Amino acid sequence: MPSVMLKKNAEGKLVFYVPKKDLEEVAESVEFDSSDKWGGEVLLSDGSKYYFEPLDAQPDFPVTLRAKRLD
Amino acid sequence: MAALTKEETEALIQEVLEVYPEQARKDRAKHLAVNDQSLEKSNKCITSNRKSQPGVMTIRGCAYAGSKGVVWGPIKDMIHISHGPVGCGQYSRAGRRNYYVGTTGVNTFGTMNFTSDFTEKDIVFGGDKKLAKIMTEIEELFPLNKGISIQSECPIGLIGDDIEAVAKKANKEIGKPVVPVRCEGFRGVSQSLGHHIANDAIRDWVLENRDGDDSFATTPYDVAVIGDYNIGGDAWASRTLLEEMGLRVVAQWSGDGTIAEMELTPKVKLNLIHCYRSMNYIARHMEEKYKIPWIEYNFFGPTKIAESLRKIAALFDETIQAGAEKVIAKYQAEYDAVIAKYKPRLQGKRVMLYVGGLRPRHVIGAYEDLGMEVVGTGYEFGHNDDYDRTIKEMGNATLIYDDVTGYEFEEFVKKVQPDLIGSGIKEKYIFQKMGIPFRQMHSWDYSGPYHGYDGFAIFARDMDMTLNNPCWKQVKAPWKTAESSNVAVAASA
Repeated sequence: MPSVMLKKNAEGKLVFYVPKKDLEEVAESVEFDSSDKWGGEVLLSDGSKYYFEPLDAQPDFPVTLRAKRLD
Repeated sequence: MAALTKEETEALIQEVLEVYPEQARKDRAKHLAVNDQSLEKSNKCITSNRKSQPGVMTIRGCAYAGSKGVVWGPIKDMIHISHGPVGCGQYSRAGRRNYYVGTTGVNTFGTMNFTSDFTEKDIVFGGDKKLAKIMTEIEELFPLNKGISIQSECPIGLIGDDIEAVAKKANKEIGKPVVPVRCEGFRGVSQSLGHHIANDAIRDWVLENRDGDDSFATTPYDVAVIGDYNIGGDAWASRTLLEEMGLRVVAQWSGDGTIAEMELTPKVKLNLIHCYRSMNYIARHMEEKYKIPWIEYNFFGPTKIAESLRKIAALFDETIQAGAEKVIAKYQAEYDAVIAKYKPRLQGKRVMLYVGGLRPRHVIGAYEDLGMEVVGTGYEFGHNDDYDRTIKEMGNATLIYDDVTGYEFEEFVKKVQPDLIGSGIKEKYIFQKMGIPFRQMHSWDYSGPYHGYDGFAIFARDMDMTLNNPCWKQVKAPWKTAESSNVAVAASA
């Protein structure tokens, strides 16, 4: 359950940062990414997958959330 | 010597690793790599931020060095107590040449050493009482201090002193910030964790001090310079450029910085990060909490300076963008003259670097501006995000070494035969005795500044002065020079 810092980069893409692992990756896709639901499976550009508990609204980026590692 | 091909560099690494026992060889192999610009991520080729092998010469420091020496030490109007035995503070005192303005011992304390000077008694009975007493004494002797930080040395963590409680109590008594920092030297594998701990201490004990206080008049052009330690005056050379383009520098972290500036940083519009490794943590925190964006910039060499000024200006309005162009144009004659003078003398020379923080990648541009080529680079305590940023800066088939050991570095140098090496003081005399020009790149070999356009002129002069010094021809033993060996062959024939 790593703490993940999420922010939007200049191109508006989601950047995924895990401080403890120096992992800085762009998210390729987010399962739920609408104004009333956000979260689910997130696929990173290096191929790894993480899972966020779906939220009722878009979080206010940048934000730190807990994620679960899938795979 | 011609540049090595990828295969030759790989063979060189294998050859150097040959002497290690199997386990060590396997481990060290992960830290040495041949650069390949096509890679997106460094974790495909290099491992970093791991514990050094026992039995090898490493060049790393400790968490205390990262906190007291790098992040906290340069904050000039605070008193930083080296809490523990006397040596840690005394042997590192004023070594980093973080310049500052002020009267030392009156309103600034940068080059002084304050320590609780632990003895056996304090280890056995605990040092909390002593620490409290020291802080009262400090208030009495140095009333113009603006705060105190307690930098823990190893024994504090081992004996379990509660410095947080002492700090809170002292804070109430003296009414100034008192910051306990848990940067015991045994934490982590290098000074890098010390930077992180120091950043976290700033976050927890300093940054919020002026939340909800809007008395500070802000402008839309407020920025903070973060991760510039003013070594030899670096931060001043950077600051002038930013101010000339129309920005207002509210805070300098932490070279020539003050605690008041740090407390005001959450009010700025943009954080400018020079040393990413030591201060990205606080920038990321401010981004999340105060929604202050941050960008990395590079003020080494005119190409990178112009690039960075434009990158910074792009985040502001047209007046700043015009200001950036004006600054670049203003200094153009100056840096063109520097390049015209020194490039012919330095063209084609090859450099190997091994330093810490931001320099293994940031100074590459400055060398390239002088027509030089960096053929090997490495970080003492970098993480993989540093190497991610390095791959693109370095040429293909160049060497990258993480936490290189004394032996490996010497062997690489013998084979690659660079014209100049930039590393620390412990390496300096070894390589000079090998007849290779050397610059101590931790504190600019007692020169500087190297940042900004002013710094570039000094950088170019220093590199020329070192590289083209006639002394290097005299260093080789007379019986080892080419002519004498020819004579010897002739005599024996």
